[in-house]
Amino acid sequence: MSTRHDSPISIEQIERNFREIAPALTAADAIFEANRCVYCYDAPCTRACPTHIDVPAFIKKIASGNLVGSARVIFDANPIGATCARVCPVDVLCEGACVEKTLMDKPIEIGRLQRYATDYVMSRERDVFQAGAPNGKTVGIIGSGPAGLSCATYLARLGYGVTIYDRRPLAGGLDTYAMAEYKMPMRVSVDEARMAERLGVEFKLNTEIGRDISLADLEAAHDSIFLGVGLGETSRLNIPGEDLPGVYDALHFIERIKTRDWANIPIGRTVAVIGAGNTAIDAVTQAKRLGAERVLMIYRRSQREMPAYEYEYELAKKDAVEFWWQTAPVAILSDSETPRVAALRCVRMDLGEADASGRRTSAPVPGSEFEIPVQMVIKALGQQKRRSFFEQIQGVELDNAGRLRVNPETMQTDNPKYFAGGDCVNGGREAVDASQAGKLAAQGIHLSLTGEKVEFAGARLPLHEETSGIKAH
Amino acid sequence: MADLTVNFAGIKSPNPFWLASAPPTNMGSMVERAFDAGWGGAVWKTLGEPIRNVCSRLAAVDMGPQRMMGLNNIELITDRPLEVNLKEIRECKRKYPKHALIISLMVESKREAWHEIAKKVEDTGADGVELNFGCPHGMSERGMGAAMGQVPDYTCMVTEWVKEATRLPVIVKLTPNVTSITPPGRAAVRGGADALSLINTINSVMGVDLETMIPHPNVNGMAAHGGYCGPAVKPIALNMVSELARDPEIGIPISGIGGISTWRDATEFLLLGATTVQVCTAVMHYGYRIVEDMIDGLSNYLDEKGFRSVNEIIGHSVRRITDWGNLDLNYKTVARIDHKICIQCNLCHIACEDGAHQCIPFTEIEGKRFPIVDEAECVGCNLCYLVCPSPGCISMVRLDDGSRPLTWRELTTRQPETMTAD
Repeated sequence: MSTRHDSPISIEQIERNFREIAPALTAADAIFEANRCVYCYDAPCTRACPTHIDVPAFIKKIASGNLVGSARVIFDANPIGATCARVCPVDVLCEGACVEKTLMDKPIEIGRLQRYATDYVMSRERDVFQAGAPNGKTVGIIGSGPAGLSCATYLARLGYGVTIYDRRPLAGGLDTYAMAEYKMPMRVSVDEARMAERLGVEFKLNTEIGRDISLADLEAAHDSIFLGVGLGETSRLNIPGEDLPGVYDALHFIERIKTRDWANIPIGRTVAVIGAGNTAIDAVTQAKRLGAERVLMIYRRSQREMPAYEYEYELAKKDAVEFWWQTAPVAILSDSETPRVAALRCVRMDLGEADASGRRTSAPVPGSEFEIPVQMVIKALGQQKRRSFFEQIQGVELDNAGRLRVNPETMQTDNPKYFAGGDCVNGGREAVDASQAGKLAAQGIHLSLTGEKVEFAGARLPLHEETSGIKAH
Repeated sequence: MADLTVNFAGIKSPNPFWLASAPPTNMGSMVERAFDAGWGGAVWKTLGEPIRNVCSRLAAVDMGPQRMMGLNNIELITDRPLEVNLKEIRECKRKYPKHALIISLMVESKREAWHEIAKKVEDTGADGVELNFGCPHGMSERGMGAAMGQVPDYTCMVTEWVKEATRLPVIVKLTPNVTSITPPGRAAVRGGADALSLINTINSVMGVDLETMIPHPNVNGMAAHGGYCGPAVKPIALNMVSELARDPEIGIPISGIGGISTWRDATEFLLLGATTVQVCTAVMHYGYRIVEDMIDGLSNYLDEKGFRSVNEIIGHSVRRITDWGNLDLNYKTVARIDHKICIQCNLCHIACEDGAHQCIPFTEIEGKRFPIVDEAECVGCNLCYLVCPSPGCISMVRLDDGSRPLTWRELTTRQPETMTAD
């Protein structure tokens, strides 16, 4: 591939722009921050974490200089604790619940402390868990994303032979391929997969179910199968010009960025991003970092309906992104000479009453169409459900929204051989939610295959579940 | 602005803040800089036969991010020639006639030796001498320092020797490494001491390096016990100072020493009977400059409390310390938690559950779960109040049922069988 370097800024500048926004804590920072933690009992942070990591315990272990023990507490409740340390929406989870936030609006930097402890063991390849004695049973896991990795790790600890199948060349799923590069490089989730590998988990990468191996073969090879397949392609706009060169799907765009091959990453001078979710934010902030002069975020509703987290919105504002509220794309236009994106035709939207889902309806304002010259359009509309894939599996059921139906305690589908978790079950949430689902599924698989109940760290709230309504996710 | 000047056993000082005999008073140039910074007095690093020190000499304990909560040293007395020290003392006193300059002394246990050094010091124009009967390491192995202070008869005897030789006020510095501070304190008074200073440092081993497994401070792979000081020792010092301040057989001024870092610490010593205070560790940590806020803070405190002179608060709280048997058994407090400012850390709950009397259960209020005190079960111990990180959230409230005060002494006089109860 020839070097094209569309960006008006130098590669060195792009490299600087993509420095981590939350860099590693120094030892002095970590000790100071760890000592600031008041060591709550039945702590709100632990309640707020979907995997219920015993946060005060791991922080006090940092303070006492027991970093291996600290990392063990983290990975015990969350096998992708290093990824979550970087990509979790901590503002609405652990740090949002921190009593130091209540007390002085300065929560303990739980995410960065978690990174500090997990970095310590990962950089040394110091494994904190060992595989269980082989129990002669095997589980096949489809998808090496957070749900699959988590499930695989717990099963390996119980002594299962685990094989993960993933169609991509690298393990980690969206953790590897879709996280904003300034939050986390690929290496972190790839290393987490290596930890699982050192526990004996076998990875069959570049392996697509139905193409490289059939479901029937998979079923014959394994006692149980876990589906951690996530979601499908980004939804289409269904407007003219959608397939023009210069129109990208946000996940593909971000995947290109993950290569850090700056010279070959496409970027327009003016970039329009369609959508206002967290992936849309990742797209606008990274387009800006790549050197786009103007980045527009196009959203049919208003700021109030924006699905992105508040702090993500703040990040985009800091990057001088232009927000076009109540604006919907109607066509992507090309130049007369070359078939390439040249402009986006939009229409203004009027907002009506809230619908059944609580979101306000929107309707185009007649005669309000206008055109914005853009060189690049990025679609960030959310991903589609993988209905056609699930239709191939006998006995599994989907709900009305196209999500796999499971028993929420065991994650078992309507076909008892199949378990599932992550985006394909919850419709698209955080990595940490997928990790918890993987944990519950490992418990469910073990129960189903042996009749024995096990409970991993953070499977439930430690105490007082009867009043667990406090700041839960 | 309140008057901060004090008269300590005839020694006048512009304020009650003195530097203790230690590295910060090692030589003339240092003491002069300290006086320039605002220190009212200084006790010169102990004079005696020059010694040879080891390396290293200091070790500390930290408390979380707070460095040097406690400090220990194995440094000995001055390592400078006596004549050099005496010359600098003379010059320093000439330049700073209004400041208090006290010279700490320690020589072998011979009458002539003490006479000789006391006379030499008097000749410099210094304001007083402090007899170092407290140094717990090194010198004590040679029959000096704490070896004197731990035997009341020796304390009395050497004090007498020094009093024979000089008209200067004699301050006896006591060691805390005794089972009771009263006998050595009284012995000093018996020997004719004009004042007492305490505490000297506490015997201590500071810890062990977990990498090398060698204790601190490391002297070529070996360590020896040293003298412990710094903020961590303040409560021990306050106890000993107040013990002597309320002993009618003492009756001479006290210079309080031990963990004083701020004007607050100093004021507590004054309230419990000290006329001056001596500071070392905080200066070793932050420099002479800390005295500025000590003076400023004490002065503002006195103004706000309506005192015209620091002398009005000296010993003010001594009468508030008594023996346990004189405490009112009928005084009753309970903890109250203001759930509106409760941050739900639940430290009070677990502290009460595992460390006290299991009387802070969870209570549901407006859909949230708060720790709330069961007042009928609360013994008023203060623990929850002490652990609570949210200022003002837990208060200790008096429950007055109108019953008259009753002490254990009164109770056991009336009902002798109670003697066996706790």
